[in-house]
Amino acid sequence: MTTKNTEQNPGGMRGFFVRLGGLDRRWIFLAMGLSIAVPILLKLRFPEVPGPMARATFEAIESLPNGSRVLLSFDFDPASKAELQPMANALVHHCASKGHKIVFMALWPLGKQMADQAIKEILLEYHGDKYEYGTDYVQLGFKAGNEGVIKVLTTNIAEAYPTDASGAAVSGLPLVADARDLGSFGLVSTISAGYPGAKEWVQYGRESMKPEARLTSGSTGVQASQLFPYYPAQLNGLLVAVKGAAEYETLVTEKYPVDRNSERLEQGRIRMGPQLVAHLLMIALIVLGNIAMIASRGSQGGAR
Amino acid sequence: MMRRTIPMLILASAGLLLIVAKFSPFTVSWQETVLGWFNILAAVAFVLGAGNLLAVNLEQISSRRPGWAYAAITLFAFAVTLVVGMFKVGAVPNGMHPDIHLAGAHDVPQAPFGWIYDYMLVPLTSTMFAMLAFYVASAAFRAFRAKNIEAILLLGTAFIILLSQTAAGMFLTGWIPEDSVFSFLRLDVMKRGITEHIQTAGMRAITIGIALGVAATSLRLIFGIDKSYLSKT
Repeated sequence: MTTKNTEQNPGGMRGFFVRLGGLDRRWIFLAMGLSIAVPILLKLRFPEVPGPMARATFEAIESLPNGSRVLLSFDFDPASKAELQPMANALVHHCASKGHKIVFMALWPLGKQMADQAIKEILLEYHGDKYEYGTDYVQLGFKAGNEGVIKVLTTNIAEAYPTDASGAAVSGLPLVADARDLGSFGLVSTISAGYPGAKEWVQYGRESMKPEARLTSGSTGVQASQLFPYYPAQLNGLLVAVKGAAEYETLVTEKYPVDRNSERLEQGRIRMGPQLVAHLLMIALIVLGNIAMIASRGSQGGAR
Repeated sequence: MMRRTIPMLILASAGLLLIVAKFSPFTVSWQETVLGWFNILAAVAFVLGAGNLLAVNLEQISSRRPGWAYAAITLFAFAVTLVVGMFKVGAVPNGMHPDIHLAGAHDVPQAPFGWIYDYMLVPLTSTMFAMLAFYVASAAFRAFRAKNIEAILLLGTAFIILLSQTAAGMFLTGWIPEDSVFSFLRLDVMKRGITEHIQTAGMRAITIGIALGVAATSLRLIFGIDKSYLSKT
């Protein structure tokens, strides 16, 4: 009887791990909350070593002749803002630092607002003196139709966007007035959180671009696996999640530093602190969960 | 008869035209017209979606089913946002046309529509997404168990990706020279190996399978073999 009780309620370290298996999930929520909050409050930063994908994205934009016409499609909404806005900001700063003429558009209804934020906080903040609406940048806004919009852009931009986001005719905007189709752009870049997004740009847009033109994408972590098959042949650059943003930010700000409000271009690196601690917590939880499982098996005589 | 034949003819002609336009520059302008219809239909889908939202939630309120108060809140938020956005309530006057109310900007923070976006929509959607972290952590503790070989492989892969996606990857193995014979032990190299070879090979197979399925389904629709999209009445 005593032996059976000991097996069912073991003491010592094994007993501790068996009891740990029944841990109230609110403790896990608290631990996750702290692992995110503490690094944010302490402003934990870690150095980022750019990987090949971030370097390829950087090179794709860097190697374009200065003043090229580029199309940036903001295909995400506030749900993915924490993951994607940092790379969008770095992308806009990079393009503007090279003097590229930027056309903004969105395949997601709230993508226009995401682009507006990048225009206000990055383009006009750091490059406002040399960027004039209509000649240096244009905001086309959102257009319903998903991949249908991309398909129309491959043959006739004015058909898809007769006006810009404010209702002004594109024929009166010098930057887009003579842009007939996607072949008019040296670079198309999509910041994408899902459908419609990077995959549709590759499938419907890539082939109508000039062979020397670049197509790059920034994507959420969960979507990235769908895009790996397209890199590097169809997608010339690919930024994956906050890690990709942090690496790309490092490359961009090393070459094109800013003299004020530099934190706006460090959001990816700032978010890597909480991500590190949260990932370590996840690993610890998985290990503890497995130890608890092994301990509880042992306490039941290895029956399972 | 006509209710089924006409949609089938529209689908068949539009589908065939999009295929032909790929090979014949002469039909490109027709393709643009068809895609224009598609984009208009996609915009109309928003109206249909709004109608469906109204129907479902009004039915829930009228039958007093559990959670009807949430349906009422949904409809209230929908109506307020729709009116404020559509009529540009409180829009900031346009500098070039200050007398024309509808020319004003309504999606700036100073206008009610922009305020709803900045202080309600953005925090609410961000919060919903952020809550995933808590549930994933809880699920990882309870369900991610090394019960068999497949689960152990999955666990090992998860550890490599979780570590290599942070500075911990470089801290733990970044000291191994990239050109040494032991470079395969670097977490970033392991991650590249997993994503570029194992994951990409699997994803390519899935993508090719989906593409073949889409092509086959499209042909069945164009040639009228598959009629499941048509109403049965």
